[in-house]
Amino acid sequence: MKARANFIGLVSALLLGISLSAFAVDVEPLPTPEMQRRFDDLTHEFRCMQCQNQSIADSAVGLASDLRRDVREQIIAGKTDAEIRATMVARYGNVILFRPPFEKSTAWVWILPVLLLIIGLYVAFRIVRQRAAMVATDDSVVDQDEIRP
Amino acid sequence: MTRFILPAAIFLALAGVLYVGVVHSPNKSTMQSALLGKPVPTFDLPVLGSPGMKLTNAQLAGRPWALNVWGTWCVACRDEHETLLAISKQNAMPLVGLNWKDEDDAAIDWLKQLGNPYSVVAVDSDGRTAIDFGVYGAPETFFIDADGRVQYRHVGPMTDEVWQREFLSRIPRGALP
Repeated sequence: MKARANFIGLVSALLLGISLSAFAVDVEPLPTPEMQRRFDDLTHEFRCMQCQNQSIADSAVGLASDLRRDVREQIIAGKTDAEIRATMVARYGNVILFRPPFEKSTAWVWILPVLLLIIGLYVAFRIVRQRAAMVATDDSVVDQDEIRP
Repeated sequence: MTRFILPAAIFLALAGVLYVGVVHSPNKSTMQSALLGKPVPTFDLPVLGSPGMKLTNAQLAGRPWALNVWGTWCVACRDEHETLLAISKQNAMPLVGLNWKDEDDAAIDWLKQLGNPYSVVAVDSDGRTAIDFGVYGAPETFFIDADGRVQYRHVGPMTDEVWQREFLSRIPRGALP
């Protein structure tokens, strides 16, 4: 019984640790729920430049926290989402956006996956067609011992 | 035989795309600054070791200068320090330090112990100016021309070769000492 209480205590301590770390960086919410929603959306759009595939909302590194502060201040200053995106791109380039605009330099990012998917579908289609067209040519007698359990 | 040509062609095309991607990958040394050709971000920062003094971008206008982003917490900054000291002896252009998210005392100690390559060091304790420059990791070094436009950004420790090729070469002939 005591072991079980200890176990529950340990698990709750661990869960508490997880939930605390999730809110460790920006404890202070924005003035209005609308602003908070925009903050949450925007910070998920920007790449943490020091991290592998994390948004600035998900990262604990100092630069991400500085950029979150910047987004927060711009929202409070009355900037629109488009203006905030523009300031980020002006400093860091399109690479900071997880969904970069379709431009000459970013075209392959958008086109290549679609192209590869089409090629893959074509290859799969060809294989299925070939298999379907196959005719059994092996007319050797089946060894009954192999079938029986 | 022909049934192998198409898959082979697709494979080669994909390998080609990936090869170009790997060769030109946005790794630390080739990542271009979004500021190239644009006016240097405005700043108004305290000067390290001189209480009450300020350094602004306007004060540096009119001649080419270099901005080196560093911090005492940055290991690679120690690696490039000898190079910076050698560069500063050339007196080719002001080398301005941007002490990024650091402690003033630690920064002053660092310069006392290792030598000071900088004409002046601006203190960016909360990292706002570094963000405006699009800095994502120290050390980074920028070249700003006499018109106040950012013309080059080097990410990672400065080397003699990069300094010659990308910084000194951008100074108009005759302006070099």
